[in-house]
Amino acid sequence: MIFVTTAQAGMTIIFMDKIFTRPESLRDVTTHYCPGCTHGIIHRMVAEVLDELSLREKTIGVAPVGCAVLAYNYFNCDCVEAAHGRAPAMATGIKRSNPGFIVFTYQGDGDLASIGTAEIIHAANRGEKITVVFVNNAIYGMTGGQMAPTTMPCQITTTTPKGRDVKQVGYPMRMSELLSTLETPSFIVRSAVHTTRNMIKTKEYLRKAFTYQKDNTCFSFVEILSVCPTNWGISPIKSAEWLEKTMVPYYPLKVFKTPEK
Amino acid sequence: MVIMAKKLMKGNEAIAEAAIHAGALSYFCYPITPQTEIAEYLAKRMPEAGGVFLQAESELAAANMVYGAACTGKRVFTTSSSPGISLMMEAMSYIAGTEVPAVFVNIMRCGPGLGGILPAQADYFQATKGGGHGDYHALVLAPSTIQEAADLMMDAFDLADKYRSPVMLVGDGMIGQMMEPVEFKPVKPRVDSSSEWAVTGCKGREPRILTSLFLDPNTLEKVNERLTAKYERMKREETRFEANVPDGECELLLVAYGTMARICKSAMADIAKEGHKLGLFRPITLFPFPEGQLEQAARGAKKILVVEMSAGQMIEDVERIVGKGKDIHFYGRTGGNVPTPDEVMREMRKII
Repeated sequence: MIFVTTAQAGMTIIFMDKIFTRPESLRDVTTHYCPGCTHGIIHRMVAEVLDELSLREKTIGVAPVGCAVLAYNYFNCDCVEAAHGRAPAMATGIKRSNPGFIVFTYQGDGDLASIGTAEIIHAANRGEKITVVFVNNAIYGMTGGQMAPTTMPCQITTTTPKGRDVKQVGYPMRMSELLSTLETPSFIVRSAVHTTRNMIKTKEYLRKAFTYQKDNTCFSFVEILSVCPTNWGISPIKSAEWLEKTMVPYYPLKVFKTPEK
Repeated sequence: MVIMAKKLMKGNEAIAEAAIHAGALSYFCYPITPQTEIAEYLAKRMPEAGGVFLQAESELAAANMVYGAACTGKRVFTTSSSPGISLMMEAMSYIAGTEVPAVFVNIMRCGPGLGGILPAQADYFQATKGGGHGDYHALVLAPSTIQEAADLMMDAFDLADKYRSPVMLVGDGMIGQMMEPVEFKPVKPRVDSSSEWAVTGCKGREPRILTSLFLDPNTLEKVNERLTAKYERMKREETRFEANVPDGECELLLVAYGTMARICKSAMADIAKEGHKLGLFRPITLFPFPEGQLEQAARGAKKILVVEMSAGQMIEDVERIVGKGKDIHFYGRTGGNVPTPDEVMREMRKII
């Protein structure tokens, strides 16, 4: 890539070959995420999309409670911090009062699929023109690895020391499938970030989701299967394998719904 | 010059219209008796005024929608009644911690639990002592007429702006349901500082973060100190009350707020005819409580009677302020029963 800039003295300086840089929508700070965690990758992709669609200056990010609670320190746009599970309600209040803003929530599976189930279902059903980035790593990360509604059968967590017993606590909840049963037009997709190929796809979906919002088309929801090596208790590489082997068969990666049908 | 005619309005409708007069054009709600008329009124009126009306899936969601809109600097409010207000306490605590302005209305019904749908003043503790978690207060306004409800509702938005704080208007069910003539006072231009703090997209400035999360203890302590200073300023600048206290000796001082104060006035009128010297102290702000003013009003009082539609909540503040050494009595009804003037008179006679 080559781009040209004019310095103060009227001199023309040519920079060459800068092919990779931090997106403007991401702050130049170190995150608190654990080694091997995929939040950083997802943050970067959201930031890239905000840059590419020139949305940063009219965007409000809504941070969740959970591992991404401090996401507002990483996104270089205006941000608010919601109560646990209430990000879609808070985003609704922001967007309804300011239809010109771009509003996204960034939520984990405890936040969105457990304590915030009502808020996400009704925001989707009302067709709020917001974008929801749903990071599903099948566990509560921030509090140290408890069972989430998305935890896999037999998966060991600190509150299911013998593995998730589906007879006691039911089966993992598939949020994308659940939301796609709603009649209201929306964009609903599940993706993953455990391989480069899936990362590229996820970025495409995020771009699509924000474009639907930019065009005031519909509610958009991108579920992203993510890893949590720390609380899964395995290495990042093993985590990617576990995601592929255990999560993907239960949580199929696909577009569930588009506003065009 | 526009002359506004007085209009006969239900309290709930007057509160709704007052908000629109104040330029509060974002409203999020969930139906609950005895204040549902506010939502019904605004469902029609808000679109006419070019505002936002949204019925949320729950009081939790409605209050968090208010939180979101408040962060963008919009004048925003919600209305509910006791069980719904309990659910809204989560967002109110966050709103207080984030320091954004928002207005809540509680048309109180009897409790605890689902209680009943009849009037009560049993949310005094919840309204004035915080209600949600953490060290915070809402500024609490308690009207006793429909006109005052309309006036205070308009003031509520100015106060919320001034302090970047939740403000709550509390009325018992009677205030919501009663009809009285109302005239809307002229609107003061909004003193709006939101361009300095609201999230509106970061065009032309550094991005802003609005949060109530402060993991560093010293940073959070600074926030708590700032909030405390804010409440101290409210105590200095915002206390409102009505006092009718005789010069010299006062045989009995009644202390009551909202509808109860009106009922006490009726009861007092008859007994005063018998030559008794009586006084009435009515706090209009429940937080900040008019402490110094009550202290002064109680100075010449031989006896005090606190009357509430509760099992006795405001009386704890009255005792704290005037001292337990005073001869303080309490009369209250619960369950949705509203003390009649006759009942209050009977109680007054017992004491005098």
